[in-house]
Amino acid sequence: MNPISFLTQMIRIAIPYLFAASGGVVAERAGIVSLTLEGFMLSGAFAAVLGTNYSGSPWVGVLCGMLGGLIFSLIHAVATIRYRADQVVVGVAINLLAIGVTRFFLKLFFASSSNSPRVAGFGGNIKAAGFDNPLLWLGIIVAPLVAFMIYKTPFGLRVRAAGEHPDAAESVGVSVTRVRYVAVAISGILAALGGVYLALDQHQFTDQMTAGRGFIAISAVIFGRWDPIRAAAACLLFAAAETLQIQLQGSHAIPSQFIEMIPYALTIIALAGVVGRAVPPAALGKVED
Amino acid sequence: MSAPSLAGGTQPTFSAPPWRERAEEALIPPLVALLVALICGDLLILSYGQSPAAVYRLLLEGTWGNAYGFGQVLYKATTLTFTGLAVSFGLRAGLFNIGAESQLAAGGFAAALAGLALPAGTPLIFALLLCMIAAGLAGGVVGAVPAYLKTRFGAHEVIVTIMLNFIVLALLNWFIAGHLHVPETLHTPEIHAGVLPRLADIDPRFHGSAANLALIVAVLVAVAVWFYLFRARGGYDLRAVGLQPEAAQYGGISVGRVWMRALTLSGVIAGIGGINYVLGYKHYYEDGFASGAGFMGIAVALVGRNHPFGVLIAAFFFATLSQGGLAIHAFVPKQMMDVLQGVVILAVAMAVPEVRRILRGARGRKDA
Amino acid sequence: MSSGAVSRPTIRVPAIRMERIDKSFGAIRANRGASLEVLPGEIHALVGENGAGKSTLMRILGGLMKPDAGHVEVNGRDVTGWSTNDAIAAGIGIVHQHFMLVPTLSVSENLVLGCEPKTRGIVLDYKRAADDVRKLSNETGLVIAPERLISDLSVGEAQRVEILKVLFRGARILVLDEPTAVLSPPEVRELWTVLRRLRDNGATIVLITHRLDEVVELSDTITVMRAGQTVARIKTSDTTPAEIARLMVGREVSLSAGKRVQPSTRPAATQPDPGLAVRDLSVTGSRGVRVIDGVSFSVKPGEILGIAGVEGNGQTELIEALAGLRPVFAGDILIDGVDITRRSVSQRHDAGLSHIPEDRHRRGLILEYTVANNLILGVQKYFSSNGIIDRGRVMENAMREITSFDIRPPNPLLAARSLSGGNQQKVVVAREMGRGFSVLLASQPTRGVDVGAIEFIHQQLLNARSQGKGILLVSAELNEVLALSDRIAVMYRGKFAVVMPASEASEEVLGEYMIGTKKGNAA
Repeated sequence: MNPISFLTQMIRIAIPYLFAASGGVVAERAGIVSLTLEGFMLSGAFAAVLGTNYSGSPWVGVLCGMLGGLIFSLIHAVATIRYRADQVVVGVAINLLAIGVTRFFLKLFFASSSNSPRVAGFGGNIKAAGFDNPLLWLGIIVAPLVAFMIYKTPFGLRVRAAGEHPDAAESVGVSVTRVRYVAVAISGILAALGGVYLALDQHQFTDQMTAGRGFIAISAVIFGRWDPIRAAAACLLFAAAETLQIQLQGSHAIPSQFIEMIPYALTIIALAGVVGRAVPPAALGKVED
Repeated sequence: MSAPSLAGGTQPTFSAPPWRERAEEALIPPLVALLVALICGDLLILSYGQSPAAVYRLLLEGTWGNAYGFGQVLYKATTLTFTGLAVSFGLRAGLFNIGAESQLAAGGFAAALAGLALPAGTPLIFALLLCMIAAGLAGGVVGAVPAYLKTRFGAHEVIVTIMLNFIVLALLNWFIAGHLHVPETLHTPEIHAGVLPRLADIDPRFHGSAANLALIVAVLVAVAVWFYLFRARGGYDLRAVGLQPEAAQYGGISVGRVWMRALTLSGVIAGIGGINYVLGYKHYYEDGFASGAGFMGIAVALVGRNHPFGVLIAAFFFATLSQGGLAIHAFVPKQMMDVLQGVVILAVAMAVPEVRRILRGARGRKDA
Repeated sequence: MSSGAVSRPTIRVPAIRMERIDKSFGAIRANRGASLEVLPGEIHALVGENGAGKSTLMRILGGLMKPDAGHVEVNGRDVTGWSTNDAIAAGIGIVHQHFMLVPTLSVSENLVLGCEPKTRGIVLDYKRAADDVRKLSNETGLVIAPERLISDLSVGEAQRVEILKVLFRGARILVLDEPTAVLSPPEVRELWTVLRRLRDNGATIVLITHRLDEVVELSDTITVMRAGQTVARIKTSDTTPAEIARLMVGREVSLSAGKRVQPSTRPAATQPDPGLAVRDLSVTGSRGVRVIDGVSFSVKPGEILGIAGVEGNGQTELIEALAGLRPVFAGDILIDGVDITRRSVSQRHDAGLSHIPEDRHRRGLILEYTVANNLILGVQKYFSSNGIIDRGRVMENAMREITSFDIRPPNPLLAARSLSGGNQQKVVVAREMGRGFSVLLASQPTRGVDVGAIEFIHQQLLNARSQGKGILLVSAELNEVLALSDRIAVMYRGKFAVVMPASEASEEVLGEYMIGTKKGNAA
């Protein structure tokens, strides 16, 4: 096993997680539960393929993908913020809705139940090992960008206040509602980019292609204790485990299923506080008057 | 019935019969959701250039209008009843069990193992009971993990159950793929003990459908859950904890013990559901048979307003949608049903707090 | 000009004038024609008991809510119904009782939230924020390091940050809501120094409080509120603490006031140490403060021990600790000689303890449950056999209690939340007094209850007493304590300031212990 090829594959696998987890951090720090990352990713993936197919340009696909994620995130925001629906239930609903909607339009536009036609992507030079894909570079810098936003900008300060003590924020005239809407929209766009990368990398959309990556992303958020850089590190860790599993395939050393379990087991351990407590933002999941 | 309240600083009472208030708050959201679903369905059907009336008629014919279709609806509703009961049971205690899928799978797996272990001639009742106990135990073990982590460490059960879903399903996959599968497949060998008769065996009109006597078990479990929640002392304690944990604590109820019991039993109920597929339909455990049942269970619990009999109705409703999608497939892709399911859940989730706010505001009562 | 010439009265535009303010929340009338007039540059105390309407009035001033009726003027300008942002812009700064500070953020982050200084448009200028905080800190004498996290601060320091927060936004009229509620005496004195300095620099200060001993030292004018109305506005120098206390707590003579109860004939003691015995009890609250500080007392069978005192002096925590809802730091609790200090709630029930909680909505009732089901909360095991609840007996019990306690509407199947406050309380009282008990904790038993129900509940308490039960009564209503108790203790800052026989007690006597101007024995 070549360390260089291990690293490059690990990074490629990590990109969707990096996008989604970074988005998840923003929304959760603002106090909105983000079990919806899976649905945002899926909708981004489909919208990107749709856009690229009809325009021929993957950049149009990127924009369409972002739009797809934005639409679903706005539904999430309205349901949880305006209607104060239970955020976990809405999360489940959004994920199911994304599956349903993408399937429906897959059938409508592409007359298929399983996959779209092949579309153009980025890069493609085998020797570049994926590094000629601009989305990959974007994925590498998205976590530091989000960290900068959260810790160094006024908006980030308001996000942190909204998620910990929304009353305090309201008392100084900050509109917690507006902050949360924007935070959720950002999470939708970023998570969707994760799906865009996935779809364009595979040059097509397949039914339920995100296959639980959104849940790994939320695991990374929790394991990373809601900090963008730590969440990114968790993403790399999980991606490393996955790369290991792929490269070890057939060697029967450790069954692949156990490697699959690693991200989830680590998250449970983090929640149980065995290795330091993972304390969520204090106002996460509660939308008061 | 409403006497005038005494003078000086008291709140006015609203003299509605006691059941009407609760009925309103409980029933209006699902009805709203149904309306929203109908409208959405109309739009989707029209986008395919079809007539909604014609499609709905076809849907009803394909589901309730013929015995095969109805049988399929009953079969699907059975699994959904089990997961719906499991989720609603947890919710009654204020706990969110997202792990019904892995509990269902584990239960089915245990039932298959039990069925394989028993000799072929074992009397049905005996074998069935043993398989059900195995299934319940397996589901209960899976349910006990988040229960323990919540009680002991305060770990939020939503994330733990989601994570555990993946872990347990991967584990089961390992068991099957590694050791127990029939070659070229991902299922166990066929079991001969504890096999449940199909409905078709009783009434030949149901020929071809998967409906089986697990249906009866589902109804019995629903009745049992109803009885526990509303007639047993344990149910009184459980609902108290779900409604007002501080008042329950004040009343001497051990909140931690109730949580433990609630999530574990929730797992047991979902686990028993495994018999529908394993004992009643295919007569083997197959990897992935539980797929999606956990999330749909959440939908069923929500639309059924967490009441066992509501769950039965909601399970029937969602099963109809699912089967109906197949029936109308020639005209509108069955994917439309996937969309409608999501829409219904979203609509009910949004309607519940909104309806409560409007109704209580109209009654002029301080929100307690 | 010779001295003795008539001086022209200075016409000063009031900094705040609120007139005929009405505000209701559903059926609760928080403000009924309340008024307030504060002159610029003075320290004005707004006093009254809990529920008198002070916080509501100030929230209206601060733009957090709009009045149903009435008129608000600030510096002569009509501002009725304005928003929080308007109020902040006009220089009103409210320092809340429960701090509005984000614990995970630093001092400067909390201070600049909402008005963050920026470099290059999007980057938060932390350095300038810290400099601005330091500058203000030095100017006002409220010294605090900008980088410190709120969660690391002491209560006094956190309060300093709250005050800095409003000053940072240019507040010239400060409203402080119960600022000393959580401060230790040295911190209180520091606060007074700060407030005096602010006043001397031209700020106007409104102090909401019920701690008169401190206020009398500091304020220029006092407004007293009671039951949503303004009952007096006086210059501090023209009044005495005793008079203020009387204005604060007095009310229309209740039906049971003045009836001095006869000592009961106590049944012969059957146990070695009957009743409730509390020895050296200490309970810590948040931030490690001792909310109960080495309290010892006993309640014998057939007596009512009443605890008087303004709310917030540890009464709530005392009852919670006795009931098993709050862990005990040190000390012992015994019922009929049995040590229950570490026992669970249900074990305490079995030992003979009953509890009427002060918050029936949160603790005492499950609002979604029927009246019948609420009547068995805590004793459901006596109504079940083999794990199944005997509904016949539950209904029988419900009908009996509804009749004896005259609970209306007399429908056992109604959800508890549809009952009026008085009837809800009757459900709680019926339940707690209906089971076998030797000691009853009655905390604010007639709060929010109509006159007829108050009378009824008082009678129930007296009946229990003559049957040989021991009752610990905690009430913010002084008349109630005076009318019912055999002995009266005054609780002040987590300790018993004094314990005396009821025959020696009166509003005046107790008042001084309640506001801390007098300290006596703590038997």
